[in-house]
Amino acid sequence: MPLNRILAVTLAFGLCATGAFAQNLRVGLQEDPDVLDPDQSRTFVGRIVYASLCDKLVDITPGLEIVPMLATGWEWSGDGLTLTMKLREGVTFHDGTPFNAAAVVANIDRSQNLPESRRKSEVKSITSTVAVDDMTVAFTVAKPDATLIAQFADRAGMMLSPTAATAAGADLGLNPVCSGPFKFKERVAQDRIVLEKYDGYYNAAAIHFDTITFLPIPDTTVRLANLRAGDLDMLERLAATDAPSVMKDSGLTLERATSLGYQGITINVGNGERANTPIGMDARVRRALSLSIDRDVINQVVFEGAFAPGNQPFPPTSPWYNAAFPVPARDVAAAKALLAEAGHADGITVEVQVANNPVQTQLMQVIQSMAAEAGIKIEITAKEFATLLKDQTAGAFNASQIGWSGRVDPDGNIHGFMTTGAGLNDAHYSNPEVDRLLDAARVSTETAKRKESYDAALAILQDEGSIIYLYHQVWIWALSNKVKGFVAYPDGMIRLQGVSF
Amino acid sequence: MLTFLGRRFLIAIPTIILISIFVFGMQKLLPGDPVLAMAGEERDPEVIAFLREKYHLNDPIAVQYFSWISNALRGDLGISLRTNQPVLELIGQKLPVTVQLATMALVIALFIGIPAGVLSAYKKGTWVDWVANIIALSGLSIPNFWLGIMLILLVSVNLGWLPASGYRPLTEDFWLSIKTMLMPAFVLGTGLAATLMRHTRSAMLGVLRSDYVRTARAKGMSEGTVLVNHALRNAMVPIVTVTTLLFGELLAGAVLTEQIFTIPGFGKLVVDAVFNRDYAVVQGIVLCTGVAFIFMNILADAAYRVLNPRMRDK
Repeated sequence: MPLNRILAVTLAFGLCATGAFAQNLRVGLQEDPDVLDPDQSRTFVGRIVYASLCDKLVDITPGLEIVPMLATGWEWSGDGLTLTMKLREGVTFHDGTPFNAAAVVANIDRSQNLPESRRKSEVKSITSTVAVDDMTVAFTVAKPDATLIAQFADRAGMMLSPTAATAAGADLGLNPVCSGPFKFKERVAQDRIVLEKYDGYYNAAAIHFDTITFLPIPDTTVRLANLRAGDLDMLERLAATDAPSVMKDSGLTLERATSLGYQGITINVGNGERANTPIGMDARVRRALSLSIDRDVINQVVFEGAFAPGNQPFPPTSPWYNAAFPVPARDVAAAKALLAEAGHADGITVEVQVANNPVQTQLMQVIQSMAAEAGIKIEITAKEFATLLKDQTAGAFNASQIGWSGRVDPDGNIHGFMTTGAGLNDAHYSNPEVDRLLDAARVSTETAKRKESYDAALAILQDEGSIIYLYHQVWIWALSNKVKGFVAYPDGMIRLQGVSF
Repeated sequence: MLTFLGRRFLIAIPTIILISIFVFGMQKLLPGDPVLAMAGEERDPEVIAFLREKYHLNDPIAVQYFSWISNALRGDLGISLRTNQPVLELIGQKLPVTVQLATMALVIALFIGIPAGVLSAYKKGTWVDWVANIIALSGLSIPNFWLGIMLILLVSVNLGWLPASGYRPLTEDFWLSIKTMLMPAFVLGTGLAATLMRHTRSAMLGVLRSDYVRTARAKGMSEGTVLVNHALRNAMVPIVTVTTLLFGELLAGAVLTEQIFTIPGFGKLVVDAVFNRDYAVVQGIVLCTGVAFIFMNILADAAYRVLNPRMRDK
């Protein structure tokens, strides 16, 4: 018997003994993902599936640094107009198509030009993508864009097989072909998505499962019951109220990471008639409302202390947080004084629309009673989310309790909301100085300079901004104890490199 | 019988057309914008404009309706706005699931409801009647979602007897499929059993007082023969009516039950579709359900004729 065969047999027995055969990881998701095409999809859970299915040009660390993935190195030209990336050798897509510069060019073209693409705004700054040689690609931008690399750490940087993408067109999502550690096997809508190990993966040594089954189970209680009953190995977004009981359970482990996003109250300050209210017209009234809120109490009462109180678009743990403005303590007297100064000593009324789910409604009820003590009467209007969003875009709101899922680059959390005429600026907030600072932060590639611009903009926004930031969601995963090596990331994804039973 | 069925099918056609108009109109009355829901968090205006164009949402409603109905007649119910899968394929995937759930629930309901009803009518006023009534009332009053979660906690988490949720097709693994469906079917079935029991009881009470039952007894027949052959058979007509109407309740109940037990059936499909403003899917499902309901009623009418010779054509 040749040596390598003996080795193989021994190894096989060894694997049998440790029960490592046909390892299947079952993951409970909060919703069923939408279409599985990175260029078309838009759900958070979809991105969780991609973390196993589709590798990106770059990835992030838990500390939000950008690290190599399919690109092994990159460099900006001196004028900040060309980004050159070196690509990883020996990578193939699940259909055997080799990964190279031509594939990157085809992918960026698809993100920019597929009519159904939802990635257009993310890669808008790229004016041309050129294959310098087989393994080098150069992106040219019209003006410097510091946010571009971070875009490549998400869906815009996910590489699809050009062969499959050409053949399937807009229907690629029915059978996605990427280059990640797992390839697509089957999907039964609202039931499961099954991926199986891709043997040709360049980093196959870090992958310890043969199949991954994603099971969408929207009810948080039932999702947890499935984990406890052994029908799941891990789940994402455990309800904050269930965290204490999971921590007491000796068979389960809890992992957390503060998210990149935020929740707040957007005040209509200039979008149509409904902006003509005391709180829409006068920044002092907005500050009064902010001062009347005890963010710590909200966290304790509504979220069992599991989330992170906040007052800026970035969580206090982020390197972009402006430490000169810590989360303010509640000050009812100061809030009353501000109201009086604004000429509303008798109090004011604010109508706040909120999504009709129990948690957000409870949040607004707590704020309602806090604000009442400062003389601000809050009228809560609960709406189903699609309606809330439509009314908010149309300016048919006075104030709106809404959040943002967050982006790796700070620009994604602030530019679209606070610059004049920007797509997500439903409040129609406008200040030329803020526009200038946020535009400057976008084009500078020096971190220190960007931070200076954001700090200056945040100082203005603390004073007069249109969003009262409240808290940052914390991603909570619950895992069976047998799952080892899971690392929590602030983007809420499940990365399976290094995870095993 | 054939002319009867033919006539009923002809009458069904205008009803189905009315349903289709109703379904289409109701959808448009829903607040919220499907395109806004589809465009993603960024809400890129270019993407929004493209999607509106692609799904013909800019056309007048009448034009949208006629293009939808003419495609539907050719067997094309459109594609899901959310997952790009054809609606007909989605319905094809989900229908067997809900049919299995509904059938199992109905079997459970019939097996509990009818014997309990017969027994409590026969033993009217005794403790048996009382116990059956109390159980029936509890079955009616306990909400499905609560019973479902309690059962999951007890049977799956604590006892580990049955899977907590999920679904396996019958063809893939017969016993596992029955096992995963048992709890949801029970939850769905108990509520129906209560209704059935109440109706069976009152129908049986009426029949047991009738002359022919007394005659049958006077002839010296055994109580079993009297109950089953004479009384129950005559009490069946109202029970069949109720069972048919319960079919609607089954589908409605399936919406909640499937949500709790994460069963990928019709109910879950329609709930998700409504929340995502997935017009094509909602329209397709409601149309199919409407058609199914009409056919169930035709079947019930046919069943009356089998059960009761007096209703047959002269």
